[in-house]
Amino acid sequence: MRAALERVRSVAVLPAVAIGLALVVGAVIMILSSPLVGGFDLTLPLTAYQALAVGAFGSGNALVSTLVNATPLVLAGLAVGIGFKAGLFNIGAQGQFLIGALSATIVAIALNGASPAVAIPLSLLAGMAGGLAWGFVPGFLKAFTGAHEVVTTIMLNFVAIQIVSYVISGPLRGAEVTFARTDNIVAGELPILIGRDGHLGLLLAAVAVPAAWWLLYRSTIGFEIRTVGANPDAARYGGMQPKWITVLAMSVCGLLAGTAGAGEILGEVGYMPASYGTTVGFDAIAVALLGRAHPVGILFAGLLFGGMQAGAGLMQVQAGIPVQMVSVLQAVILFFLAAELIVRRVLRIRAPGTGVEAELETVSRSYGEQTSL
Amino acid sequence: MDAIFDIPVIGVLIQFVVYVIAALPVVAPTIAAAATPIALGAMCGFMNERSGVVNIGIEGMMLTAAFVAWWSASLAAQVVPNVGIGVLGITLPLVIGLTTAILAAMAVSAVHAWLSITVRADQIISGTIINIFAVGITGYLNLLISKQSPPSAGQFQPLQLPGVLEDVPVLGFLLDSLIGVGPIGLTMLISVIVLQVLLFRSRWGLRTRAVGEHPKAAETVGIDVIRLRYRNVIGGGVFAGLAGAYLTIEFGSAFQGEMTAGRGFIALAALIFGRWTPVGAFGAALLFTASIGLERSIRFAPPEGQLGEWLTAVPLQFYGALPYLITIIVLAGVVGRSLAPAAVGRPYERESKAA
Repeated sequence: MRAALERVRSVAVLPAVAIGLALVVGAVIMILSSPLVGGFDLTLPLTAYQALAVGAFGSGNALVSTLVNATPLVLAGLAVGIGFKAGLFNIGAQGQFLIGALSATIVAIALNGASPAVAIPLSLLAGMAGGLAWGFVPGFLKAFTGAHEVVTTIMLNFVAIQIVSYVISGPLRGAEVTFARTDNIVAGELPILIGRDGHLGLLLAAVAVPAAWWLLYRSTIGFEIRTVGANPDAARYGGMQPKWITVLAMSVCGLLAGTAGAGEILGEVGYMPASYGTTVGFDAIAVALLGRAHPVGILFAGLLFGGMQAGAGLMQVQAGIPVQMVSVLQAVILFFLAAELIVRRVLRIRAPGTGVEAELETVSRSYGEQTSL
Repeated sequence: MDAIFDIPVIGVLIQFVVYVIAALPVVAPTIAAAATPIALGAMCGFMNERSGVVNIGIEGMMLTAAFVAWWSASLAAQVVPNVGIGVLGITLPLVIGLTTAILAAMAVSAVHAWLSITVRADQIISGTIINIFAVGITGYLNLLISKQSPPSAGQFQPLQLPGVLEDVPVLGFLLDSLIGVGPIGLTMLISVIVLQVLLFRSRWGLRTRAVGEHPKAAETVGIDVIRLRYRNVIGGGVFAGLAGAYLTIEFGSAFQGEMTAGRGFIALAALIFGRWTPVGAFGAALLFTASIGLERSIRFAPPEGQLGEWLTAVPLQFYGALPYLITIIVLAGVVGRSLAPAAVGRPYERESKAA
């Protein structure tokens, strides 16, 4: 028991310190910018953070809202985190999310007259398949041509935006809508499980976390993924096939991000607009880094950021602090995590490094090489 | 002429060429204007990546600079006299806006340099941090400020070419769209040429290439790798600053949240497609925005006949996706090959420290 507690402490201490420092920086920004809102106010951060906490965890509805916001973050966070474990930097969660959302929409619209028992599973599967395909492409390119996934996934994000725009404003545009969007999804709409809008997608995220943990730490494939991530040469020497592991890992990442997209459209939005504005791709990177690329860590990080998104509205209403403060806090948390070495030295933290640095080294070192695996 | 157009396939190709040549004078200014921030962003990436530092935070640097340029010019316009020198619409508030934007982008670059070089943090994470932070802080401040609806300080004006030049056949419109631009556009043209020459013909260029390709070898001949990387990364911020300022005080005169809209990432693509050289990146930027120009032209004035049917059958979004698809193809080595500087992405560690 004591050993377990010690382990939790050693894993959680740096993220906790980073979050604490970020809240301080956020407070300083609020105080400095308070003259723009209506006079210098030292207590503004307290009002703001209180509203943020109440909006995130203060009531049953707030909690459900936090879970709903956390769902895509956890799924897409896993999509980035598993990539890290395989030595891949998946900046393409955004594109995989969009293509997953689009595929699910296409099937859901086609099955609008069918029974939900048919439409829901098929739409979700379509979303997974779409995301998988969008993850497969950069994985394949990386493995067999050496094109670095950081660049190809960024490019594919923008290609995905254009494809969504074409399909939704063209063939799939609804009959009686005022702007470019599809008709409402009827049969494929995910059922509400708890509260006002706690849809089935929550369950998907809840299942994905242990599934990802099992895949990474209890399955042979997971062992191979982690070995390739830590050292592709050793993996090849051990008889593994780094090329196909890379393709597989990237496809799994795509599948998870695609699931997130499908869940959002089928559970939250109910239709697909031609320009679906989302920052889930970059948020997912933040989630995966704060969660140290571990499924359980990603769950907590997703809940934290989901809570911040859920509470941001109340913060804007009660304290006049724009919701964008949440992005600022996210970035500052990441900053302190990235500057880990310095934070450790200044605060004299002795906890062992449990970060994703080892895997990341493979990622950015390979950027200039572009060699095939 | 019609006889040529009727040849199967080739005839349509010839029609296409004729159509493009006819449409070019109309869309050329749009293409050049759209290419300017992308080329400037690519110059920022060039300075970073050539010396061995990945920068995917160009987007965030540009967004920060765009906001700072607009806000500080607006503040300055309320304090200092709105005097100008009568050329290119240059006024004191705008110069203040431009200067602070460049300084802001340099400051952000300095953070990127510190994280990437001194802390030896992952450079892609550092870029990600910059992008998220920029969206957050500019959106945050913009919302707070917009309640007071600050006055715009106006924008720089394009260079008026003598009428004689514009009337030059064939080249007139090209000159007009390339040189008939504002001060930031002109700066971009000059920097592309200067950087290209410096890269291959100067001591700085040789040293930068050495540090980007093989830092250890560079250090053994007495080049201070750390210092050169710092200098180049922070210097690269100047171009990101110009790119951002272009959007809010030259091309337009207002700021909107997330207005860079992916230009920083197209800049990265242009840098790769241009094989990490300034002139190449500028050419790529023009090619990419030409794709947008073609889309506009087809939308508003589609060609007639067979060609028109073919071109309008292609979804317009295809032209928007084209730059990214081309970049993937080039990176995958399907057509030609674009190779990054060998040491890009690796933090440098001195021997003495590693021991």
